[in-house]
Amino acid sequence: MSHDKTPSSPRLPRRTVLKWFAAVAAATQLPDLGSTVEAAAAAPSAKGYGMDPDLSKFYQPGDFWPLTLTPAQRETVTTLADLILPADHLGPAASAVHVPEFIDEWVSAPYPTQQKDRDTLLPGLQWLEEEAQKRFSKKLSALSEQEKSAIADDICWPADARPEFKKAAAFFQKFRSLAASAYYGTEAGWKAIGYIGNVPLVKFDGPPPEVLEKLGIEQTVK
Amino acid sequence: MPIIAASQAKEEYDVAIVGSGAGGGQMAYTLTLAGLKCVMLEAGRAYDPATQTAMFHRPDQTPLLNTPTPDKQMGFTDATVDGGWEIPDEPYTQASDKPEEQFHWWRPRMLGGRTNHWGRMSLRNGPYDFKPRRRDGLGFDWPIGYDDVEPYYTKVEMLVGVFGTNEGLENTPNSPEGVLLPAPKARASELYLQKSVKPLGIPVISIHRAVLTRPLDADTIPAKLHPGNTWAQKIVADSMRARGACFWATDCHRGCSLRANYQSTTVHLPPALATGNLDIIPNAHTREVTLGKDGKATGVLYIDKTTGKEERVKAKAVVLAASSGETVRILLNSKSATFPQGIGNTNGLVGKYIMDSVGGSVGGQIPALENLPPYNEDGAGGPHMYIPWYHYKDQAAGKMNFSRGYHVEFNGTRAMPGGRNPLPDDLARGAYGTKFKEEARRYYGSFVGYTVRGEMIAKEHSFTEIDPQVKDKWGIPVLRWHWRWSDQEINMVEHGIRTFSAMIEAMGGKVRMRKGATAKSVIDAGGKVIHEVGGALMGDDPKKSVCNGWNQVWDVKNLFLCDGSPFPSNADKNPTLTIMALAWRAGDHIVDQAKKGNL
Repeated sequence: MSHDKTPSSPRLPRRTVLKWFAAVAAATQLPDLGSTVEAAAAAPSAKGYGMDPDLSKFYQPGDFWPLTLTPAQRETVTTLADLILPADHLGPAASAVHVPEFIDEWVSAPYPTQQKDRDTLLPGLQWLEEEAQKRFSKKLSALSEQEKSAIADDICWPADARPEFKKAAAFFQKFRSLAASAYYGTEAGWKAIGYIGNVPLVKFDGPPPEVLEKLGIEQTVK
Repeated sequence: MPIIAASQAKEEYDVAIVGSGAGGGQMAYTLTLAGLKCVMLEAGRAYDPATQTAMFHRPDQTPLLNTPTPDKQMGFTDATVDGGWEIPDEPYTQASDKPEEQFHWWRPRMLGGRTNHWGRMSLRNGPYDFKPRRRDGLGFDWPIGYDDVEPYYTKVEMLVGVFGTNEGLENTPNSPEGVLLPAPKARASELYLQKSVKPLGIPVISIHRAVLTRPLDADTIPAKLHPGNTWAQKIVADSMRARGACFWATDCHRGCSLRANYQSTTVHLPPALATGNLDIIPNAHTREVTLGKDGKATGVLYIDKTTGKEERVKAKAVVLAASSGETVRILLNSKSATFPQGIGNTNGLVGKYIMDSVGGSVGGQIPALENLPPYNEDGAGGPHMYIPWYHYKDQAAGKMNFSRGYHVEFNGTRAMPGGRNPLPDDLARGAYGTKFKEEARRYYGSFVGYTVRGEMIAKEHSFTEIDPQVKDKWGIPVLRWHWRWSDQEINMVEHGIRTFSAMIEAMGGKVRMRKGATAKSVIDAGGKVIHEVGGALMGDDPKKSVCNGWNQVWDVKNLFLCDGSPFPSNADKNPTLTIMALAWRAGDHIVDQAKKGNL
């Protein structure tokens, strides 16, 4: 795992590292963590993963059920996800960390919660494309950032949305929540939000001095 | 692990143990290290945490970002397999259609049971907790007291490894010097809370959890646990040396392939199996305890789920440690001419007085915790601090409108993100683009959550019985639940809401609760805390209880109940440690009886 540059991770004694590595390898079989490609062939059924899935493996969208978005829908998802979570000083864009694939996995899942979300998300995607055509006679992905924002600004907050945009605003909120759920579950997302962890440490020091100082507190557990 | 099929079972065992969790695991450990031959029946499949734990999965490496589904009801990486609130082949029913009168029954169907997935909170009951009726006239007293159980709390803590501190607070017992492992350093939000609520008189102290903050002392502990038994000492020492200490990463609910926290499968069963005295039959769904002509239990009748066939094991004694609900179900389904109402149920009390812990949470957002410099606060995979109950004197003085206590558990602040939106809509408002990402970063780590873990008082109206119509896939009659919280519990949660709101405000934060939320809407539904106890209470009068203070069924001397079912009360202290202590104590009693030839 590529966590070795984490600032709070001290240098570990080699023996400890080997012991952990053996434990982790046994638990996880260490697959290629970097790649999340679309896996079309691997979808065995649309039945869910069952109550006893193999917990030692790492998974990617498409492993358990087929992804169902059309290429056009996937393009709309990608454009909107990148509008909400763009590449900037905090990290890569949503599409660079496979957020569209996760949204596809979500709306394609056989469970009740996800199927209900599908009924909100798919019509929302269609509305977006129709709105792009109506306003600019172009598909969403072909719009300038300014044009995309013109649409987004009308639907980004349900409480302020005009009546004709209420439904689209509900869609936007659901989509944003889902995209953020996916984005911040990735290594780049962790960096973007400021999460450091999921890495073995020799000891746990608690909050560092700058955190204690900022809060005006002292470590009371000695 | 040497696991056997039904066909490989021996002709007869000394003891048959139904269930492989905290009670069954402890019982198997105690008995096999004393030389007794045991068979353990587990309704679920075999399970090895060393190779089957999702230790380091990020949300993006799991289906649906690790969110709960009907297949994995606590999320994909949760240790539980083949279990949950609802299991397709194993229904249960409710006596009432009203949601507030229903009980949600969590069942893991796997080796190790609920111990694979739990918070590892390991709090001792205090002296008051064994004699609550003496203090307030409600519920039931235990036939045993703190002094009876104390030596076993100490032994269990030394065996499984529990971190924490001794604070000497009322009804919050200290452990003997040197027994507890060092408490981990507190997190920023815990320290900030501790400082902020000090003026309110609220104590924030290190919690006790079954996680190894350093390796167990395998050179000295085994001799203390098994004096004079060098064979047992060696086996236990080997098992202790094979356990790693916590490496300060990953949520304990995933289980631990390092064996750094307590699971029956990593702590109790390996040494028990190493004795050569234990056979484990998985996929063995127990239906009945069988009865001999002499009125003693002769063994267990079960369904082998792999073949669907009825099978039997014979034993000189039987231990039920299948969870309160399942143990009650087995007792009630064990009908005979001697016990037409179910074995051990001549007084009709089996199934009565089911309790759960009282739960209810309040969230808040603390501006002081915004934009903190990032740091690793994974820690020991769960809370490091908690608030013990501290209003004993006020309750004794009649100043409160509820009679029992609750402790407060905290939710992590800088926990692993992903799988849910880190920036709530009401704070994000219309943000998207870089603005959204900046706000997510600003607020990350500033959300706190406080949870009531309180004592419910046993009442007539919360019980379980056999449904006259419904059977599971194997033809075994199922449980029907009756449930209701009383004003005691509602008032407790109301107090929790008020107190947590004051705590959040003392930290300069804002309470985040749904508009119009009340104690009745905040209190968790019955069973949701998964601390179900009761149903076969212990007592000192055979007419008024199901078993005695040795967990021994009054009507059937060689039948023992070693899960939460004998609990006459459900102190706010999470039940697992007490289940283990009582199982060890009952196990010593069984060994003693076996030596005297009384089995």
